[in-house]
Amino acid sequence: MSGDKESAISVRDVNFYYPGRQQALKSISMEIPTRQVTAFIGPSGCGKSTLLRCFNRMNDLIEGTEIEGEIIVHGTDIHHPETDVSELRRNVGMVFQKPNPFPKSIFENVVYGLRLQGIKQKSELQDRAERALKGAALWDEVSDRLHQNALGLSGGQQQRLVIARAIAVAPQVLLLDEPASALDPISTLRIEELINTLKQDYTVVIVTHNMQQAARISDFTSFLYLGEQIEFGQTQQIFTNPSEKQTEDYITGRYG
Amino acid sequence: MSGADKNALIWSRWRGSREGGVWLIASAISLSLVLVLGMILLLAVRGMGYFWPSEIIAFEYREYREDPWMPVQGEVVGREDVIAAQLISAGYELESDQGTVERWLIKVGNRDVGPSDFLWVLRQHTRALKVPEDVAVIERLEWGNFYGTISELHRGDERIGRAQDGSEALMDALRESIERAEALRIQVREIEKHDIGTINAALNALRLEERGLNLRGEWSPEHAARLERARQVQQQAFEQLSGQIAELREQLMRDSISVVDAEGARHEIELEQIVRVLVPNRMGVFSKLAAYLERIWEFLSDEPREANTEGGIFPALFGTVIMVLLMTIFVTPGGVIAAIYLREYAHQGMLTRIVRIAINNLAGVPSIVYGIFGLGFFVYFVGGEIDEVFYSENLPAPTFGSPGLVWASLTLALLSLPVVVVATEEGLARVPKSMAEGSYALGATQFEMLRTVLMPIISPAIMTGLILAIARAAGEVAPLMLVGAVKLAPSLPVDFTFPFVHLDRQFMHLGFHIYDVGFQSPNVEAAQPLVYATAFLLVLIIIVLNLLAIQIRNNLREQYRSLES
Repeated sequence: MSGDKESAISVRDVNFYYPGRQQALKSISMEIPTRQVTAFIGPSGCGKSTLLRCFNRMNDLIEGTEIEGEIIVHGTDIHHPETDVSELRRNVGMVFQKPNPFPKSIFENVVYGLRLQGIKQKSELQDRAERALKGAALWDEVSDRLHQNALGLSGGQQQRLVIARAIAVAPQVLLLDEPASALDPISTLRIEELINTLKQDYTVVIVTHNMQQAARISDFTSFLYLGEQIEFGQTQQIFTNPSEKQTEDYITGRYG
Repeated sequence: MSGADKNALIWSRWRGSREGGVWLIASAISLSLVLVLGMILLLAVRGMGYFWPSEIIAFEYREYREDPWMPVQGEVVGREDVIAAQLISAGYELESDQGTVERWLIKVGNRDVGPSDFLWVLRQHTRALKVPEDVAVIERLEWGNFYGTISELHRGDERIGRAQDGSEALMDALRESIERAEALRIQVREIEKHDIGTINAALNALRLEERGLNLRGEWSPEHAARLERARQVQQQAFEQLSGQIAELREQLMRDSISVVDAEGARHEIELEQIVRVLVPNRMGVFSKLAAYLERIWEFLSDEPREANTEGGIFPALFGTVIMVLLMTIFVTPGGVIAAIYLREYAHQGMLTRIVRIAINNLAGVPSIVYGIFGLGFFVYFVGGEIDEVFYSENLPAPTFGSPGLVWASLTLALLSLPVVVVATEEGLARVPKSMAEGSYALGATQFEMLRTVLMPIISPAIMTGLILAIARAAGEVAPLMLVGAVKLAPSLPVDFTFPFVHLDRQFMHLGFHIYDVGFQSPNVEAAQPLVYATAFLLVLIIIVLNLLAIQIRNNLREQYRSLES
């Protein structure tokens, strides 16, 4: 296990059911370390996205889902009745597979979360928008057109804008759900570089289909298969010397 | 190859080719376009032609051989060919029973003198047809047009001009007199409508105060004295204004003209009565055009006269627009909130399905049913309650408990609600789920997400719903007859007396006006062109309101363009 690393998210014996008691996760337990990149890999339908969406309770939006077990994010039990979901989601940012900027200006997109928190001061909003855009490596490209519609940006730029939007509210954890799968190779590369710098400030959890990507950017890897966690460990070890036969088969491309 | 085979071959090629489908669709579209354009064109020609000053003819006429010849002059309004045999069987004497006979419809006017405004004459029963140079059309406030030759203009006891001394000078002097009379009339109307209206409102308020005090049992001699003083102040003001009006009327009576009609009889017409004098046969194209535009402007901006068969339709125009705008204000929040609740908040089950089906079925309910509902629920129940609580001093005379603008707007809002709900729901369905997720992921509550993300995105869809709602509501007549539209409203629903917008007032509506002029008018021939003109205007209004809404929608759409791809 991570040993000296303090864990940002503790997952303890989590079972998850979609409507009609369809079990999607089967007693998953893991410790996700702080300020590291953790990748979830596995074939389609293995539950990696579902698990990711448990961390900020996005699955609450689907009617009829059930969850058992415990998820602790920075010491808070996220399912405790006193936990505020909005608070949790501000703390655990999320970026989706397809870039989803709002049909507003670039600036309004970035400060969206800040406005929700009730920040109205123009100078503070501008300050934090600039910092977030710089953090997402987008500032240089858009600084002169902050008030143009965000939908005019390219796909890769849109995805970085969405990352800027997520980090503008200063979360501790950043969840990325296949953030590069809808992008071209060059944009993908830029996102990967960005993830590498983001881990200095944030705990990053990323779901990816792309094995090479997981190997390139993550420090820890979890391999899931049919709702079960097959193996969790340091990425280098998982990719060079997996302890499970199934992991090896998947990584070498024998199935999935 | 035989002809039939050839046809079959062409037909099979035609069916098999792609062009066939394209042609079919294109012809269907052009057919609809031609129908729509044809309708608008018909209304425009029939309606707008009415305002053109047409030529005046004079002739002698007799219906039966033993009748004496009778002089007739007037405008030719219509010409048609009638089958001779048909006329003979109706009792006419014709030269032959073969072929057709030309029949004219002549507007002879002079309703206060002659038996009728219009005359049907057979071409073959006329003689000595000519186009007289100097016959004038005198448009009057009452009794319609007068056709005759102006011989003299009097100012008081003095004779200002005579036709013998040159018609140019006479016409100039007449024009001056008409302008003066018009200015005086406007003054009188201003005083009557505005100043006296204010006094009436004040007196009514005093009366209500007195009744209120009586009803509450707070009546005392001090109150009585105060109210009496206030009443006297108003009474004095009223008397002063009446004096002013009497004086103005006196001035109005100063001028008059002598007119000789077709039979040679002289008639005196007060200038107070005259709206406009034209001598069409002496006018060139440009002066006719000027008169045409002036008459159209009168039609748009003036109030109706003579049981709606003359004058303008401004109150109906105004009533229609204000009613539609009010309806939009009522239907938007209701429809949008209902749609958002149905899609975003309500549990999607049997019940929401039933509610949706019910809403869709509401769109098919005949509009008169809505009228009945509006009368029973809004006017009698809601309006009655409002009267009892807030306007009890005025009872038993109803304030809101009678048909009025607000109830008509609400009834039409209800009628067009399904359209808005369905359009909004479709808009919501088109928004990608990722938009809501993006908002939630940043810590938004459901309400915040709706307000900041969904509402702006679906605003074009809401506008689409409103466009359809306006299109449906603006043309609706049947329910309005029950809940507020009237033949003649004494005052506009918006004016200068507090509270400026009078939601309780009855109003005039173009659709109802068409019905009233077309079917309830005592003067059918005079009403007919007005029906076309009003219908044309109603269509124009609906087009303008729609274009406005479409423009707003396109502006909104511009912002979310990339979302729809």
